[in-house]
Amino acid sequence: MAEPLIIKDHRGEAQIYIERVTLGAILVAVLFGLLLMRIGYLQFVRHDAFVTRSDENRMQLVAKPPSRGLIFDAEGQILAENLPARQLVMIPEQIRSLDESLAGLRSVLDLDEAAEERIQDLAKRRARRFEAAPVMYNLTDEEVARFEANRMRLPGFAVRAELLRHYPRAALTAHAVGSVRMITDEDQRLIDAAAYSGTSHIGKLGVERFYEDALLGGVGFDQVEVNAKGRVMQVVNRQVPRRGDSINLYLNTRLQKAADAAMAGRRGAVVALEPSTGGVLALLSKPSYDPNPFLTGLSRSAFSQLVNSRDLPLFNRALQGQYEPGSTLKPFIGLIGLVAGYATTDGVIEDQGWFRLEGETRLYRDWNWTKRDSGGHGRVHIQKALYRSCNVFFYDLAHRMGIDLLSSQLDRFGFGQNLAIDLPEAKRGLLPSQAWKREARGADWRPGDTVNLGIGQGDMLVTPMQMAQAAAILANRGRIQPAVMAKDRWTEDTLESSNRSVGPIPDWAWETIIGGMKKVVHRGNQRFGENGTAWAYIGRDIPYTMAGKSGTAQVVGISQGEVYDESLIDERFRKHAWFIAFAPVEQPLIAVAVLLENGGGGSENAAPVARAVIDAYLLDILSAEFVPSEMQSLASIR
Amino acid sequence: MSFDERSMSSTWGIALGRDRLLRVLRLDPMLLVIIMVIAAFGLVVLYSAADQSEATVEAQITRLTLGFAMMLLIAQFPAHVFMRLAPWLYLLGILFLILIYPLGTEVNGSRRWLRIPGVLQFQPSEVMKLCLPLVLAWYLHERHLPPRPKHVVVALLLLLVPCALIVLQPDLGTALIIGGSGLLVLLLAGISWRWVAWSSLLAVVSAPAFWFLIKDYQRERILTLFNPERDPLGSGWNIIQSTIAIGSGGLSGKGLLQGTQSHLDFLPESSTDFIIAVLEEELGFLGVVFLLLCYSLLILRGVIISVNAQDTFGRLLAGSITFTLAIYVFVNIGMVSGILPVVGVPLPLVSFGGTSILTLFIGFGLLMSIHSHRRIML
Repeated sequence: MAEPLIIKDHRGEAQIYIERVTLGAILVAVLFGLLLMRIGYLQFVRHDAFVTRSDENRMQLVAKPPSRGLIFDAEGQILAENLPARQLVMIPEQIRSLDESLAGLRSVLDLDEAAEERIQDLAKRRARRFEAAPVMYNLTDEEVARFEANRMRLPGFAVRAELLRHYPRAALTAHAVGSVRMITDEDQRLIDAAAYSGTSHIGKLGVERFYEDALLGGVGFDQVEVNAKGRVMQVVNRQVPRRGDSINLYLNTRLQKAADAAMAGRRGAVVALEPSTGGVLALLSKPSYDPNPFLTGLSRSAFSQLVNSRDLPLFNRALQGQYEPGSTLKPFIGLIGLVAGYATTDGVIEDQGWFRLEGETRLYRDWNWTKRDSGGHGRVHIQKALYRSCNVFFYDLAHRMGIDLLSSQLDRFGFGQNLAIDLPEAKRGLLPSQAWKREARGADWRPGDTVNLGIGQGDMLVTPMQMAQAAAILANRGRIQPAVMAKDRWTEDTLESSNRSVGPIPDWAWETIIGGMKKVVHRGNQRFGENGTAWAYIGRDIPYTMAGKSGTAQVVGISQGEVYDESLIDERFRKHAWFIAFAPVEQPLIAVAVLLENGGGGSENAAPVARAVIDAYLLDILSAEFVPSEMQSLASIR
Repeated sequence: MSFDERSMSSTWGIALGRDRLLRVLRLDPMLLVIIMVIAAFGLVVLYSAADQSEATVEAQITRLTLGFAMMLLIAQFPAHVFMRLAPWLYLLGILFLILIYPLGTEVNGSRRWLRIPGVLQFQPSEVMKLCLPLVLAWYLHERHLPPRPKHVVVALLLLLVPCALIVLQPDLGTALIIGGSGLLVLLLAGISWRWVAWSSLLAVVSAPAFWFLIKDYQRERILTLFNPERDPLGSGWNIIQSTIAIGSGGLSGKGLLQGTQSHLDFLPESSTDFIIAVLEEELGFLGVVFLLLCYSLLILRGVIISVNAQDTFGRLLAGSITFTLAIYVFVNIGMVSGILPVVGVPLPLVSFGGTSILTLFIGFGLLMSIHSHRRIML
């Protein structure tokens, strides 16, 4: 139009076009060839790798946590069970804005302090971010409904159903059974992550910890096909979880209850063993705590309240409380003295109320010295030294035996060691020796130290468990049956190898010492100063035979000549009360150690607790065997 | 629709079909058969890609039918009608592109759609895909070929105006494709190789400058191309999942409806831009080879139609339509296979989608028109 005269070279133009279009067609062929090469590379060379990745995409293993083994007491009472609970879980990775999610959540649920803290902690932590971590437990139906109605605007949170450990006896068995706790980041590094996938708790204390492997069971898996959003489309393969083994304990809930009632709110510990098996019949530490809230996480304030409590409720006094044994050590000193020839059944000393080492001015007083001006127990043989708990007799005996003999022989009764099979957290106490003192104190052992050791004072420390073990060894006449919590978990071999004897001790020596201990409880109706120390408190109406020994451990040193007046000193500085016992004397079925912190005199305060525990155990057994009228009336009163 | 065997057996030259119906309808039997094979194959793949949704397949069939009707309609008019309309259509297209600014609706931060409430909505850039080759073919038809420099400049201006408007929407991918189809017309018109060489050199040299001009998300796409694993759950997701789908397909694929990547939603856009990955996963290498073969035949037929066109307009238009289709196929499969950055280009005749099918069939209609309204010479 613009140029009027155009002579077009049609043939030439067509020629140019054909040239270009041919080139274009070749280019297209090359490009398509390129595509085929690329696709061929992906589909042939990399085929296997991509098949794997495609399967990885869609196949997921969903852990099916096993149901944890139950824990039963000796009479089949459940001590640890699993209850279904719905919990609010948080998947930190899916949270877009923590503040927004928190605000939304608060509007739907009543978040307690502990839950808020956990959410904050989870948001910060690095490990396991993709995994759901519990935030709130035991949601009610209403809470679940309110959450589900709002779940679209609460990304990163979900409600899951889970079995949660529960301890129906709560504080009563807390220190005996132990408990599980939530798996922490720290635990995560130590455990086999595969075995614990899907499991949120791990045994942290006591039986729960020691038998963790058996209780845990075997994790199962669902191999599922998921879509890109993680929704399960179908289950391809399934491995059913293996439930954990149940554990049967020797522990007897009735004895725990009896001990708990007898303690009457006082601080201390009770341990009872079955001498023939070593089975732990009772293990109580007071004050105690309810382990259940720990499973779902305590708030920081509740936790610090427990931790900082002056009464130390979390502290397991029965296994870890270390105290001077006081006079409860005397039967052992006496036994060693008899066997080693430093004492005889009939040998007597004259007790004026004090003992003095040659060339020293310090007086080692007897316990009744301040109360009676005349002082002393008079003529004392070894049984009287036991049933009157005469200090001077044992000052003298210990002094003559010397520390080396005492230390090496006391060792045979388990002092300074943890004999228990399945209580690794139990403390070993302290059995002093010359070597120990040089090493620990940098000082030489003094003869005065040996004198003090004679009545269980000075450096020696024992736990209630150790005293119960030692009492059981006396009950067994020397056979050592290590303490054990769980029945049927140990082969004969294990038990045999740890089943030893303290050594060859003649019968007369046993009869002398055990006879003395029996008199502690049963010798009564005598003139003043001739009754067994515990008779007035537990011996008057006892329907079976019991051997016992009281002890009173000093908390603070009382300087020489100072009058010890309980009413004037702070309760916390009062002496600890001890009592060890076993019964029936002829064929012992139970051995007990009782410790009352700042409890005062052992016979007066600790012995009734021991009696209550033994009653709870023996009265039933004995009444089943034979039914004396006296005992029957006792049982019916109970 | 029956179809004469003799037209099949005829040589790849001028169609000598004796089928009167097809001749009356002005349809090229060869082109028609190839289109229908690809479309049918595409429907099968779409059925699987859309998780056996019959509604999706029916919607696609509706669009194909509509497109077919458009093709039939266009084919009835001789090509010179479109040549005469070309400048006006072009101006109308430009007008639509400008109207976007006051009237367009914004979706995902860019204005691509023009909506006439209650009547229809469309992308003006889609209209321009045909208007630009039309106007350039019209413009160069009147001039000597190879074009003189000043004609090249005018042609480039005609090309740059709509491209610039589309870039501003912003829609860089479409602008590049439309610009490319325009340049194709110039190349086919016989523009001097020296020019081509110089401008290619210029493009290469100025490429680094573009790096700073483009937007962050575009830069991200290019970086992702070289290393998809740098953000496997974000920008790299699409390409990682599509290569897994392709690679796990192997020689013969996992079987129709058996693709795990697509049916478990790992593959994004599985019925639209990434549909080829579904085909490759389920039908494997054999499926892709078959589809590429069909496309090659389609392109070959288009080339033959263009070579047989009677005038420059017909040649350039047919060539441009044909090669643009080739570019679409290459860019789409290239992007899904991880050799080109991800741009929103559908796979012709197979991807689920409305406007692009219509544009495609209008293009086919133009090819039919160019071919069937020839006066046989020689």
